[in-house]
Amino acid sequence: MNRKPFQRRVYWNEPELGWWESFYLFEIIRGLSITGGVFLRNMGRWVTGRKGALTTYYPEQTRADYAEHNRGKHILTQRPDGSPQCIACNMCATVCPAKCIEIEAGFDPQDPAHPKYASRFEIDYSRCVFCGFCVEACPEDAIRMVKVVPDLPGGDRDDMWFKRDDLLSWMPQADVAKPYPPKAGGRDGGTP
Amino acid sequence: MMQDLVIRGIYIVFAVLMLMTFGLILTWVERKQAAVMSDRIGANRAYLRIPFTQIKLIWWGLFHGLADGMKMLLKEDFKPVTYDRVAYALGPWVVFAPVLLVFAVIPFGGTLVPSVLFSGSPGIVEWFGDRSYPMQIADLNAGLLVVFAFGGVTVIGSMLAGWSSNNKFSMLGAIRSASQMVSYEVVMGLTVVGLILIYGTVDLGEMVRQQSGVLLGFLPAWGIFYQPFGAVLFMTAAQAENRRIPFDLPEAESELISGYFTEYSAMKMGLFMFAEFIEIAIIAALFTTLFLGGYNLPYMSDAGFTLPGGHFIAMSHGAVVVTQLLVFLVKVFLLCSFQILVRWSLPRFRYDQLLRFAWKFMLPWALANLVVTVVAVWAIRGAGA
Repeated sequence: MNRKPFQRRVYWNEPELGWWESFYLFEIIRGLSITGGVFLRNMGRWVTGRKGALTTYYPEQTRADYAEHNRGKHILTQRPDGSPQCIACNMCATVCPAKCIEIEAGFDPQDPAHPKYASRFEIDYSRCVFCGFCVEACPEDAIRMVKVVPDLPGGDRDDMWFKRDDLLSWMPQADVAKPYPPKAGGRDGGTP
Repeated sequence: MMQDLVIRGIYIVFAVLMLMTFGLILTWVERKQAAVMSDRIGANRAYLRIPFTQIKLIWWGLFHGLADGMKMLLKEDFKPVTYDRVAYALGPWVVFAPVLLVFAVIPFGGTLVPSVLFSGSPGIVEWFGDRSYPMQIADLNAGLLVVFAFGGVTVIGSMLAGWSSNNKFSMLGAIRSASQMVSYEVVMGLTVVGLILIYGTVDLGEMVRQQSGVLLGFLPAWGIFYQPFGAVLFMTAAQAENRRIPFDLPEAESELISGYFTEYSAMKMGLFMFAEFIEIAIIAALFTTLFLGGYNLPYMSDAGFTLPGGHFIAMSHGAVVVTQLLVFLVKVFLLCSFQILVRWSLPRFRYDQLLRFAWKFMLPWALANLVVTVVAVWAIRGAGA
């Protein structure tokens, strides 16, 4: 068999070592002085009490550069009386691509306008992909996402389930989209 | 005779404690220094909680070394199916033991005179009489030869480990390790021959004693001023001997998983790691002894400081002993830090580049260095004689 001997391809930007570089020593000293300089600079900052690193301690500190429209933690909006707006229609749980929302409906005979409510509403943050489909799907504007990220680190994966009361801890009394009872002649059609 | 045993016993305990502490501390230094060099903070989550309180001692992550040690001790000791169990069990020890033994001939302080040190208590003065001890475990006149002899044994350990693991990656790592260490041993030996010519001895204690003088009236007579180029070559070859990153071909993670100790787990693997870290300290100690005047500060002798103007500052024997011990430790620590700096700055060689670097670059320069030294020594001594 007649094979051509292997020829390494020569590139147009083939690096060439001059005699200075091919002596290694001075270039190595240059490299070491760069890294050593960074080390001494950062150590100097530490010793004088300034911060010598770009690191943010994750659970303890929050990064300052979250986007204004970051969509992190889910919240359940509330009616003025503090009950959740959620009517347990299960649309968010259906649309959820990660299947991480679990809802159990309850029956409330005291409230004829919304007899069905969510007695259990849990989100498994170990699966949530933060796609926001649940917010889009909700017909009642009961679930929203806020800028802060959920406080996830924990020693147990059960800690990553956020229960209904965790999601209701936000108190958006002034920010309720649908006033209740609905105003007469409002956009929602008013009282029948 | 009994007195000698007591003193040597104290030296051995000191040396072993020092090396083990260096091995532990250097794992921490390596992490932290790498982190600070790259604008990070580094490992700082492991802590010790004082029992029955909520006080957590973090101490800049110093306890991560402890946590690692615990992890290694408690892990399953996995054994591969191999036909050579003895060699497999022997490998880590053959790598680890010579590293410790090298320190036996390295002087870590000047001369200790117990009767002067404890002049307050007559019993000790009487028992020791006028004996004096150089602070060195084995005061051998073949010091440097012992260093190289033990240095050579390490290769056998990595060969044993690689061969008996019954694994292709281990085998490749062992082959690489052997050829690399043999190549760089030659360079290391040749760079040191220059020093032997200058000092006229291979006794490390005697070498350090000769370095306590003054050169040209103001320079301390350290080896690095006689042999600056030899010092650079020695440092490079020594790091290649230690198989750390610019030369870590035997355990190159991206190619060989972890080289000749791929099949080792738990504390056996820990021994390889520990040997590597202790060898950093040993290399630093050797370099200090050969090129940086050992335990000497500039202008310092066993009696005190003699400044260049002829001014003399006397020191008590106790102060001298403590200063010498501390100076040696500080020098060793700074050199360890330098080696870690090199490890986190330079990229790894390719294997053919590594061997070409040894035989076509380092060896000729070491020979040239030796020739220049020989001619210079001949000219100076010849003129004197």
